[in-house]
Amino acid sequence: MIRTQRLRFSYPGAAPLNFPDLDADQGSVILLSGPSGCGKSTWLALVAALVPASAGTLEVAGTTLGGMRRVAADAWRARTIGFLPQKLHLSAALNVAQNLGLAQWAAGLPEDPQRIAACLDALDVGQLAKRLPSQLSGGQAQRVALARAVLLAPQVILADEPTASLDDEAAAAALELLHHTAQRLGATLVIATHDARVAARLPSLPSGEPGYRALKLSRSSGDGA
Amino acid sequence: MKTLTLSWRYLWSRPLGAALNLLLLSLGLASISFLLLVGVQLNRAFDKDLAGIDVVVGAKGSPMQLILCGVFHLDVPPGNIPLSAIAKLRANPLLASVIPISLGDNYQGFRIVGTSHDYVEHYGATLAQGKLWDDSMQVVVGATVARKLGLQLGQTFAGSHGLSAGGHVHGDTPYTVVGILQASGSVLDRLIVTDTTSVWRVHEDFTALDDEDRKVMEQDREVTMALIRYRSPLAAVTFPRFINSSTEMQAAAPAYEISRLLSMLGLGTSVLQAFAGVLLLTAGLSVFIALWSAVRERRADLALLRMLGAAPARIAALLLGEALWLGALSALLGLAAGQALTALIGKLLELDNTLLIGGLIWPPELWLVPALAFAVALAAALLPALGAYRVSVLELLQDR
Repeated sequence: MIRTQRLRFSYPGAAPLNFPDLDADQGSVILLSGPSGCGKSTWLALVAALVPASAGTLEVAGTTLGGMRRVAADAWRARTIGFLPQKLHLSAALNVAQNLGLAQWAAGLPEDPQRIAACLDALDVGQLAKRLPSQLSGGQAQRVALARAVLLAPQVILADEPTASLDDEAAAAALELLHHTAQRLGATLVIATHDARVAARLPSLPSGEPGYRALKLSRSSGDGA
Repeated sequence: MKTLTLSWRYLWSRPLGAALNLLLLSLGLASISFLLLVGVQLNRAFDKDLAGIDVVVGAKGSPMQLILCGVFHLDVPPGNIPLSAIAKLRANPLLASVIPISLGDNYQGFRIVGTSHDYVEHYGATLAQGKLWDDSMQVVVGATVARKLGLQLGQTFAGSHGLSAGGHVHGDTPYTVVGILQASGSVLDRLIVTDTTSVWRVHEDFTALDDEDRKVMEQDREVTMALIRYRSPLAAVTFPRFINSSTEMQAAAPAYEISRLLSMLGLGTSVLQAFAGVLLLTAGLSVFIALWSAVRERRADLALLRMLGAAPARIAALLLGEALWLGALSALLGLAAGQALTALIGKLLELDNTLLIGGLIWPPELWLVPALAFAVALAAALLPALGAYRVSVLELLQDR
């Protein structure tokens, strides 16, 4: 779950960014959209406890953020947040399994090859464990990056432009995989995107309502969802 | 995955750069290892060979030549002194001991030294086999001589004239090996030691035309020099002055001459040290540039690690880990190369039967090499590590 109230962040010398309130239950899908410069990256950074809010309240996965020391915030992020960046940033020096091992290393956990293998299998890339990122196709690389994001079973998955530069078919496959994985883990899924195809591709609820919460940011402060 | 394992993988993800940095660091460290090893062993050899010798008295000439010849057996003597001078020196109350040294022959390049038992006792040498000589033409051989020439007890050989191989062979007056010394790390290891009378006998037999001529020669017997220990340090004030001004001989103080020699060599050593220092500095700069570039290239990867929950210190440790690996590997390679080079030089010098320098030793001074390796590598990594520490995740999030 993610709950925000009157959330604000100020960069030095710049106008403050005021974010709309949000109340999303655990396991829900949040579509974060808005023009460039509206604060999507900052909102993601706030939710990931990378920067503290200037004002307002923020609760993520049952933890109220704010006032948390950096070491504690890092540890919390390692076990709570899964991150899928737009550029996948798979380390070229490491093979697929070792790239997943990075998540365990970053969290200060011992390497667990069985968990890595199971995670890769769940995303149908188990056979690629020994390959280097340069030997993967775009789709395979995205699956590996997603596996890295969800290896530690996070409660929140932040996906940053997951469909950018993908054709329709690949974008649909990527979204389905992301959605399915988040549902399997019961994780809250945040998709930050400019891509209008994403909203259309996300499955609806049985009631016919959209299966996601839209959080639209704008450059002017105080716009709501 | 351990941080050091990860550092190792990142380091070798740029194999050419890593190998070049490793080579540069190793070359600098090998030079330093070599200088340390040679310096330490030379000092040890000098200290050991000089111990207990306050002054050397010999023919007038170069005092350094006298010391290099009489104490270290590295040079030719400036001349001889009359045997009668030894008796006078022994009667001098300022002197505690006088050891005569007579040179002139060698066996396959190893010097044959005519002296007294005092010479062997002076260096605290012990016999591995046999006994000390009790008659003319009996010899005791040093450990290196015995090993290299395969000499055994009871074996006989003829010395050849001069201090290096190739002179006239004194075939009519062979020596017999009666003792083999244990290795003492002193100059004795590479000498063949005999009674002073043996040297006289060989040369008198060689040059005397008849018995009358021999008698004349016996009256004019000489030795090459005398190694002297003072009874009291005060003797150092008056004795050399007395010898140098009142006799046809010279008195040379080994400590003074060796410090003069080392100060002359010191310039060369300083140049080599400076060269090694420049190599190390260059290597340090190269490591710095490589790690700095690595941080710039991997900025987004490092930011992602922050996003995955890695603390800044953990990310900085990755960079320091790479430097540690470079330090450890270069220390190993540098030490190995330094030891190998020293062993090679030692081998070459040993062939010439001169100084005892070898590899595969670990004097405490050598700990400087790994310490330098880690210091240079870590110093070079500090700024890049700080850059990694400060990497911003917002850059990653905004990098679209």
